[in-house]
Amino acid sequence: MKHWRGLVGIVLILLIWQLLVSIENLPPYLLPSPGLVLHTMLTHWQILLTQTWPTALESIAGLLLAVGIGMFSALIFIYFPPARNWLLPSLVISQALPTFAIAPLLVVWLGYGLASKIVTVMIILFFPVTTAFYDGLSRIDEGWLDLAQTMQATRFTALRYIALPAALPALASGLRLAAVGAPLGAVIGEWVGASQGLGYLMLNANARLQIDMMFAALIWLVALALILFFTVDWGMRWVLSKR
Amino acid sequence: MIKSNDAPGIILSNASLRFQHKLLFENLSFELPSHSITCLLGPSGVGKTTLLRMLAGLPLFGRGQDKLQAFPHRRTSLTAPSPPTPPPQAGEGSEDMNLFFINEFCHATITTSDGIPLTDRVTYMGQTDLLLPWLSVLDNVMLGSYLRSQQCDIQTKARALHILESVGLDAEIHHKPTTLSGGMKQRVALARTLMEEKPVVLMDEPFSALDAITRYDMQTLAAEKLAGKTVLLITHDPWEALRLGHQIIVLRGQPAQLSNSIIPPELPPRDITHATLLPLQKLLLNELNMVARNEI
Repeated sequence: MKHWRGLVGIVLILLIWQLLVSIENLPPYLLPSPGLVLHTMLTHWQILLTQTWPTALESIAGLLLAVGIGMFSALIFIYFPPARNWLLPSLVISQALPTFAIAPLLVVWLGYGLASKIVTVMIILFFPVTTAFYDGLSRIDEGWLDLAQTMQATRFTALRYIALPAALPALASGLRLAAVGAPLGAVIGEWVGASQGLGYLMLNANARLQIDMMFAALIWLVALALILFFTVDWGMRWVLSKR
Repeated sequence: MIKSNDAPGIILSNASLRFQHKLLFENLSFELPSHSITCLLGPSGVGKTTLLRMLAGLPLFGRGQDKLQAFPHRRTSLTAPSPPTPPPQAGEGSEDMNLFFINEFCHATITTSDGIPLTDRVTYMGQTDLLLPWLSVLDNVMLGSYLRSQQCDIQTKARALHILESVGLDAEIHHKPTTLSGGMKQRVALARTLMEEKPVVLMDEPFSALDAITRYDMQTLAAEKLAGKTVLLITHDPWEALRLGHQIIVLRGQPAQLSNSIIPPELPPRDITHATLLPLQKLLLNELNMVARNEI
């Protein structure tokens, strides 16, 4: 029922868009009609597809890296509180730095290839993962830990059998957020310097006033973000049911 | 030769606790006779749970922000840091103590009748069932084996199944705790406690969240299953204490003092409507009423 209403909403917006373009007679280099965008998507699907792979690769690699580093740093913060006191301020500052400002630096340091984009994605995503996982781990019911202690649990087994499964729902919400943000990070990385990818395609299309291509690339980007989100969502559901 | 698995008597002496500039108790001493249930009654906030946590070797002032950090690395230093126990000496007034300081505000001496430290010989049952919602009933009962990285072989599983059967839960072994009623959850918790096969059982108001009838059934079951173990049962319910306790003590006042222990006749689980218990009921209610008046 909800999905059905959402679809109607999208169709309505598209209709208004089409009407606006037809009535105002807007030129395609200002606002192309949805029909034209669809036409571009169908005729240029090969270009779009080839430019999607690098962006997808950067997003996924950056996401995986962010999840790994994020979970690792959350565990470090939990088990070595001094590390948290020393590192957390720098981490918060690193998050306050505008990504757009440091993305060119990363290109200078890491080159025009995939590496600079992957690192951009990682920088954007690892903090949400860290905080979500850290919160999940530190909000664990103390009664469980008391019980574990009287059962002679070790630090590792208490983590493996109690803290980790208990923190999984919190981690899952962090991962869902991160999954949606991954393509965004990749595109930012591509905008500041790249020779391939959806961001590169958009920049080029924009410069040539191919706004229809711009929209087509945007739709692919949205699709990529949604695919990542639902894959992560489904994966986490599966993990939660199997924990 | 006393087996370490035989339920020891326990004496907690010189227990003092000062918390946030409030002296909760000082030089408190009491004894948990071996193979029997001691019920500790008293108003909330008087320090009953703290006494139990002292015996269990659990942190007294919460785990703070770094809950997992406070967790021990290895299995050996599990209870509060204890100096090497002096060898038990024969005769009266033996010094076989397991002394520990948790911090400057808290101190207690724990003596066991067999001279072996309490470490690793206690099991704990809390106010809530503390079941892990993602594990099945069977896995929850075997949690101790998992946490000690013991092999969960067929014997372990068979024992868990046997215990679950004995508490009447053989049909629910693969269910998740969320699908069970409050009474069933507490029965799983009891099964998990029994699974540990520890001679000393510390229970902190384990049945307080249950309705009257379920609680009555649980008391009967607990009395049957815990027979032969040294048990400390904290409760705020005088009738529960009269049903289950071989010995009843009331903790009251501030700093808290212990009443003389009341030893009801016959063995638990008792029928609380029995005539011999009526004067004791009155006595206990008087003690608790005094508590209530002192509190004001």
